Amino acid sequence: MSAASPVDHPSHHAAPDGHDVHSGEELHGSLKDYVIGFVLSVILTAIPFWLVMAHVFKSPTATAFIVMGFAGVQIVVHMIYFLHMTPKAEGGWNMLALIFTLVLVTIALSGSMWVMYHLNANMMPTSSTMAGDMGGDMGGMKMAPPASARDPRNMP
Amino acid sequence: MLGFWIYLMSDCLIFAALFATYGVLGTSYAGGPSPAEVFKLPTVAINTSMLLFSSITYGFAMLAMAKGNKAATLIWLAITGLFGAAFVGLELREFAELIRDGAGPQRSAFLSSFFALVGTHGLHVSVGIIWLITLMVQVGQKGLIQANRRRLMCLSLFWHFLDVIWIGVFSFVYLIGVLR
Repeated sequence: MSAASPVDHPSHHAAPDGHDVHSGEELHGSLKDYVIGFVLSVILTAIPFWLVMAHVFKSPTATAFIVMGFAGVQIVVHMIYFLHMTPKAEGGWNMLALIFTLVLVTIALSGSMWVMYHLNANMMPTSSTMAGDMGGDMGGMKMAPPASARDPRNMP
Repeated sequence: MLGFWIYLMSDCLIFAALFATYGVLGTSYAGGPSPAEVFKLPTVAINTSMLLFSSITYGFAMLAMAKGNKAATLIWLAITGLFGAAFVGLELREFAELIRDGAGPQRSAFLSSFFALVGTHGLHVSVGIIWLITLMVQVGQKGLIQANRRRLMCLSLFWHFLDVIWIGVFSFVYLIGVLR
């Protein structure tokens, strides 16, 4: 634990609301912070649930993007009002670690989905991979023409 | 606190891997049920509100701690634990119903990745509850000494962090899953 815990200084107990005194660290916000964060979270949770459950928009894609948008905003709200993230917390190291993690998370998520989507699209089963369970019918039109072309079951 | 924060960031990467797995496998039903057939959004909404309530009651516990009010701290911690237990209970019931209906983790890649992601989150919440009870005992015996204050702050970060992960779960897994 760092030296950054003057919150526990005895003089602090005298403070009536524990906040306007310079409490050194930020890790417990004020009542106002928690209430604002809670109200915002309820709103930001209720709207996406309503959008999906009431089928407000015709397009599922549009709804999905809006839902993810609300999730992003709500995560920021939680970070600020519940986790009390500020650029200065722990001398900036908290924020640095968070940014680094966000970069890794973004790469992991977008990279996986991107790569695996293309793998799925470009590596449809060939006759050799299908042969095991489906007897080689239907697969491998492009990848293995000699084998599948000789297969009578492959004829239209 | 910085050390604990870095632990949370590494935890975040575990969840990133699980989210990525679900993102890749979430549409592979193997002829089994789709998300729209197995997810019950009203249950998820109640679950979400349990976790949200537990977040603000933990905040109240921290405020009581800042004032040096041991009794109020313990009461708010207990309420937080009850909300957390309700969350885990509802989730276990959901899992039990899925498995009973033949939609267990072995049914399809979608359900495997779903159980892995949501189960890991639920496991975190369960461990958080055990930690919370431990701290209640410690605060009860030793009072709000500096070591206990530090522990309560670490658990505060952990608890709110799990709520942040849950935002991703209910948005990305449940809401968008039902849309498909």
